[in-house]
Amino acid sequence: MLKQTEGSRAVAEAVGLCRPEVICAYPISPQTHIVEALGEMVKSGALAPCEFINVESEFAAMSVAIGASAAGARSYTATASQGLLFMAEALFNASGLGLPIVMTVANRAIGAPINIWNDHTDAMSQRDCGWIQLFAENNQEALDLHILAFRLAEELSLPVMVCMDGFILTHAYERVDIPTQSQVDAYLPPFVPRQVLDPAEPVSIGAMVGPEAFTEVRYLAHAKQMQALELIPRWAAEFRAAFGRDVGGLVHSYRTEDAETIVLALGSVLGTIKDTVDELRARGVRIGVAGVACFRPWPHAAVREALAHAQRVIVLEKSLAVGVGGIVATNVRTALAGLATPIHAVIAGLGGRPITKASLERVFMDAMADKLGINTFLDLDTTVVERVLARERDVRRSGPIAENVLKQVGLAAGAS
Amino acid sequence: MFQIRIHGRGGQGVVTAAEMLSIAAFREGRFAQAFPSFGSERTGAPVVAFCRIDEREIRLREPIMQPDALIVQDPTLLHQVNVFAGLRAGGYILINTRRTFDDLGIGEFVRGLQPEHLLTVPATELALTHVGRPVPNAALLGGFAAVCGLISIDAVAAAIREKFAGAVADGNEAAARAAYHHVLEQVRTTQGAAHAQTD
Repeated sequence: MLKQTEGSRAVAEAVGLCRPEVICAYPISPQTHIVEALGEMVKSGALAPCEFINVESEFAAMSVAIGASAAGARSYTATASQGLLFMAEALFNASGLGLPIVMTVANRAIGAPINIWNDHTDAMSQRDCGWIQLFAENNQEALDLHILAFRLAEELSLPVMVCMDGFILTHAYERVDIPTQSQVDAYLPPFVPRQVLDPAEPVSIGAMVGPEAFTEVRYLAHAKQMQALELIPRWAAEFRAAFGRDVGGLVHSYRTEDAETIVLALGSVLGTIKDTVDELRARGVRIGVAGVACFRPWPHAAVREALAHAQRVIVLEKSLAVGVGGIVATNVRTALAGLATPIHAVIAGLGGRPITKASLERVFMDAMADKLGINTFLDLDTTVVERVLARERDVRRSGPIAENVLKQVGLAAGAS
Repeated sequence: MFQIRIHGRGGQGVVTAAEMLSIAAFREGRFAQAFPSFGSERTGAPVVAFCRIDEREIRLREPIMQPDALIVQDPTLLHQVNVFAGLRAGGYILINTRRTFDDLGIGEFVRGLQPEHLLTVPATELALTHVGRPVPNAALLGGFAAVCGLISIDAVAAAIREKFAGAVADGNEAAARAAYHHVLEQVRTTQGAAHAQTD
């Protein structure tokens, strides 16, 4: 049914249609609306026999999800930012144990300095924790990806993170098509676990593994994740047949046929990039877009195929590996190994800074004029940065960096 | 694409207004996108929310920097925040006030704009009358339905009923309909005046 609703509400309804059996969560912005809505649905009896478990922290949320999943229950949770970091140890346990938990990550920056707004640092910080990571471009995709995620997780017996941009998607009202219960039931079979903690047939899960077998266990974790690269396109095609629209997949190309420049990105910024590209195309600029829908496992072959014919690649990403530069760009380099294609990382939208068409057009034109290096920070205020650095050179007790930057930003605003 | 920016203060239902506007547009078969400015939404602090309306899917995610219409829920913001930033030529302004643009001290500023696009409605008073609380958002949306004919008052009423129930919905709908007629009358008067001048 077509509906104008909030992204969080749409995701909650999709999770509800997947017939979860245990939902546990600890509130953190911008994820809270999702579990609030699910909490109401459980309380009303709409999701019976689903149980909603309030926990005291994100670490507990993931631990409860692990226990519930190991007992054979279809388990769901959601988090963001510091909450995801607080789960870190349990995240590795969930994937290491092969438990098919589905979790929404409402992407948000990581402090310090504390910042509640959107970027991808949270999800990227856990990119190697063994979870599959899918990224939504809009709220329809966020909704649909959860249905796909449960099927993928349970088939592979691996946990899946569905990443959606905090606030930009979670708090946006837009048109979504909510499928019917029978459509979802036909697509998502009941959970048949590969391992169950059952008093009637006791087994051990999570025993110590020494050097004699640890490599093999880790190899299998890798091999299983790589199987997702074959399953995702197949199930995306089935999804299309069942629901009449595209979802998931690995990499989506847009206007790249004859593109000399291809912009690769993840998440909701793809929409703004596509609008910018349409305007540049109208002026005869040969530019296209590659949207990465699946970040883990990293789709080496699909990324290479999407980008191989480009003369240059711009990786626009909302995350930064301090001391390296772009995280997604570093992955793109592995996919294009052996090719001479210049790859420019553009770090944008950190801590919720708006990514505008005007700024995108400027940076794309700079790339085409060979003015970009390996890493560029979109809309960086260099005057502020230089003043703070100058103060650090001049004064030993220069004070806290974030507060110094705020002071300089205030001075600059006052002067203009 | 038509872009609306709503300015108000935390507690005045600014975000809800943008959401209801998007629901009204959706009910009329349009694509619409509503989103808040994602600040720390403290009671009384300046808050901005956005709504885009189009005939096709909206992919753009940047804040609205060049609005086609402005809705100002609290006139005390006029001298605190640059609410007019980026307003397009020929754009519309709807302010929650009983006063005129000159009385508000912005007469000089709006001199170059089309007078029939500069509208006011006493939304807070209408809300107090019909809802019993100073929540001007629904009344302003009713007023907005009369501003440029982009959405109908019935769609606004339906959107209000989707967000609220019972007496709150009744009161807000009544406030919205009263505001609609108030602004409609104003539009007719200013258009009449404009025609009289050109004659």
